This record gives sequence, C-alpha cells and structure tokens, in this order.
Amino acid sequence: MAEEVEVDQEVYDELIAAGKSERIARAKAKAAAMRKKKAAAGEQMGPREASAPQAPAPKAKAAAGADAAEGGAVATKSRSGDGNGAGNGALTPQERQARVAAALQQKGGGGGPQPGRSTKLGGQDHTHRLLAMVPPTGIQQIRGKQDDKVYTWPHLITAEFVCLMAVTAVTTVFSALVNAPLGDLANANLTPDPSKAPWYFMGLQEMLRYLHPMVAGVTLPTVFLVGLMAFPFMDKNPSVRPENRKTAYTIFTFFLVFWAVLTMAGSFFRGPGFNWVWPWVDGLWFTL
Amino acid sequence: MSKIPSPTDVKKRVQDNVIWRSVFRPGSIYRKGYRDTSRDRALAAMNNVLYHLHPVKVKRHGLKLTYTYCLGGTSFFLFILLTVTGIFLMFFYRPTAGAGSEFAFQDMQNLDQTIQFGALVRNMHRWAAHLMVLTTFLHMARVFYHGAYKPPREFNWVVGVILLLLTLLLAFTGYLLPWDQLALWAVAVGTSMMGYTPVFGQQVQFVLLGGVEIGPETLLRWYVLHVLLLPFVLTIFLAVHFWRIRKDGGISGPL
Repeated sequence: MAEEVEVDQEVYDELIAAGKSERIARAKAKAAAMRKKKAAAGEQMGPREASAPQAPAPKAKAAAGADAAEGGAVATKSRSGDGNGAGNGALTPQERQARVAAALQQKGGGGGPQPGRSTKLGGQDHTHRLLAMVPPTGIQQIRGKQDDKVYTWPHLITAEFVCLMAVTAVTTVFSALVNAPLGDLANANLTPDPSKAPWYFMGLQEMLRYLHPMVAGVTLPTVFLVGLMAFPFMDKNPSVRPENRKTAYTIFTFFLVFWAVLTMAGSFFRGPGFNWVWPWVDGLWFTL
Repeated sequence: MSKIPSPTDVKKRVQDNVIWRSVFRPGSIYRKGYRDTSRDRALAAMNNVLYHLHPVKVKRHGLKLTYTYCLGGTSFFLFILLTVTGIFLMFFYRPTAGAGSEFAFQDMQNLDQTIQFGALVRNMHRWAAHLMVLTTFLHMARVFYHGAYKPPREFNWVVGVILLLLTLLLAFTGYLLPWDQLALWAVAVGTSMMGYTPVFGQQVQFVLLGGVEIGPETLLRWYVLHVLLLPFVLTIFLAVHFWRIRKDGGISGPL
C-alpha cells in the first residue's frame, strides 16, 4: 500500500536533539506515528494478557482492514508488542507457557474444526504449537563435528612469515660461512677415484655395488616410484591413527631406513675404488 | 604561507583517488582501514592475492609446528629462493664448454672471485637446493606418517611424488652446470645407469646427453632443462598440488 508515511515531528526533533543520526531519527519517528495511528484506531499495542488471542482477533481485523502487517501470526505480533515494553522480543518461559496453554484451551474449547479429534488426542491435535517450547538446539541437526578454525590472517600468515624469515636467515648465514665446492675444470680423460653421484642418488649407486645396473639403476627405482604413487590406492585402511596403522608404518619405515642406510653407506663409507672404508680411520670421500 | 597538511590529510589524499582505488579492491583493508575484528581479518584474507592459496579460515591444529614442521611451506619457499638466486646467477653464467671456450667453468670462477655477492648467491643456491631435496623428502615422510594421503587426498599424494621426482631432477641437472670434475663425474655415474633402460637404453641416454657421452651439448641441454623446462613443469604441478589441498578440505587431521 503506497500511502504517505507520516513522521512524528515531535519525536523526530527530540531524537535529532539527542544526537541520533537523521536516518535513525526518521525511522523511529515513523514508528511512533504508526503507533499513534493504531492506538487511535483502538488496536492493542502493549503486552498481551495470556487470554488475549481469544478475544481481539476479529476486532483487530476489522480495524486495520487490509493492513499487511496484520497478516502476521499470533506469535509474531505479540512478540513485537513485547519489544515495546520489557527486553527485546524474546518471550519469557512463563509467557510462552501461558500462550500455549491459552491456544490449546481455545482449540479444545470447541473452536476447532473437528471437535471429535480433540478427545482422541487428549486435546493436543495441533502439536506444532508446542514448537514454541522446544529449545532451538533440539531442532537443529548437527551432522559433522564443527572444525576448530582460526583466521588465516593473522594466525597462519604470521607463522608462515616467521618460517620464511628463519629459512632465509639459516640459508644466508650458512652460505656466508661455508663455500660451495668447485673442483678443477671438467676433464673426461681424468676419472676421479672415487666418482660419486650426488647424495640423493647415493642409495642407487650403493645398490649398484650389489646388483646388476639394470636392476639397481632402472628397475628398482621405477618400482619404488610406482609403488610410492600407488600406495594410497593399495592402503584401504581408513584410519589415520598410528595405533591402527602398524602394517603401513612398518612397511614405510622399513623402506625409509633401508634407503637412509644405503645413502649413508654410499656417502660416508665408500672410498677409492668404491671400496668400504671407515670414515674415522681412512677419511671421508664425500662432497655436497 | 601555505598550511602544512596533517598526516590524516595526506593519507586521505593518497587513498581517495582513482589510482589507489583501482589498485585495491573495494573490501581491501588498504581502502577501508583495518581494525582487529573478525570481519576485517576475513577481508584481509579475501582481498589479497594469497586468497588463491589460503582460505579465510584454517584448522587450528594445522598451525601447530609439530604437526607440519612447516616442511611443505619451506620446500615451496626454498623453490622461490632458488628461483631468485638462480636468476641472479643466470646474469653471469654461459652454458658453454669445450676447448677454447670453457665459459661455464670460467664464469663459476668469476662468480666466486670477482662478482659482488657472487660467491654468497652461488653458495645460497647450492645449499638451498640440497635443503629443498631434504625438506621435500621429509615432507613426504610427514604426510605418510599422518596418513594424509588417504581419501580424498590420494591424487595429491601422487602429485607430491611427481614433485619430489621433479625436485630431484632439478637438483641433478643443476649439479652439472659448474662444469668441474665433481659435476662431470657425478653426472657420469648417474647417467650411466640410464643406459641400462630395457630395449631403448642407448636412445634414452643419447637424448639426455645430447650425444654418446657427456660433453658441451649435454651442458647446454641440461642448462635449458634446469632453468626453463623443469621449473615450468614443477610450477604447474605445484599449482595443482596447492589447489588440491584446498579442494580436499585443507590440511589433514587431526590424528
């Protein structure tokens, strides 16, 4: 309904004088004007009595006519009414109980469409009215457990920044103190003894000592890599708890230790001719 | 006498113009200002390019240092550090070898002796490379022990293994570039095994070395692999890796 909305000038001026913003003052003044209008039409605005829903319904309808606000449910209307008086909107348990009791009484008292059913269900055929008494937590269904989360900024970003600074500092300081090796010019006719691969391939070179190059250099690395990639598809155990994953832990740890031992053996315990040496006796043949 | 503008005026003038507003998005804290509220914390994440990497909120347990040990992040950061130091080194390095034109080795000597910060940057590049291999490897072990490869993260584990392999290849190709005895013979040992690939071992070795044995062609070939092809491929897989972390529900766990 596109009618001119009146503004209660007195309330408006008062609020402006009290330092409220123009927007808030206007809204409150509008509401005040509407209250006055409705009061003049004889509509009840204050907190209702427990028995209220029975009586004023026809009267209000007649007075407000096509007023859209009047279409609201009983609960909505009286709640906004309460907002005028005591604390905001929410009904006290006593009020709510009284409301439900009144509603049930009204239905059970003969106003209902099927009086016969009310005896069958003990006067509680309109069970949805009871929702007013159910606490919200009883209605919401919480499926998954809520994650305990924190804001990326500042928590994660700060941690990452500290980590970044630490890595930069460690790398810079270490680089200032320790020089990278640089040997003589490459010479294809002068084979150093021993010739060693970079440390991350020392495991392979060590295996080369015991196995045919095709097995140690091609087959086994391929099997390792494919096995590593296929692991998640072979491990059907859904648990992530260490105590439930003893087999997986054992297999992985075995390969990890196996690989570490091979790498260390090749790096530190192999000397001239790629023969076994004790680094504390014969010295170290290892360059990073 | 003109009045000296107050800091507030200056700030307003700097921020209240078309250029500033074009740089910072409407919700940006650089436009709206920042107060330490939940809303501004969320906006700080949302109006930042890092929003591609991080969601607004993350699981609290993932922040514990003893959960991730920061290994994946450190590997990524080392990759960036290696890119930066690597670009510096590229200004002074020519991948050329052979009698009369041993530029690669000469450039290494120049880097170590005459170029300002040359030795430091070269050291950083080498040590960071070793460290990256180590952190990537440890990251994989950490992910395994936390069962973080389990559904729905199986594919990201596979991407991770590929990234580990690419990291090893990057380190290995870089190992040849100084063109000293250490480099030549370490690579000779590594590549001799490739010749044993069943059926087309000789062909594999020939393609990788650019000849029947390691020579100037190998140096150029591995240089291009090291500075262009492998970083390019690694970056693509890295993007997929990070994207899948978020799509698969962020960090795994808690245990």
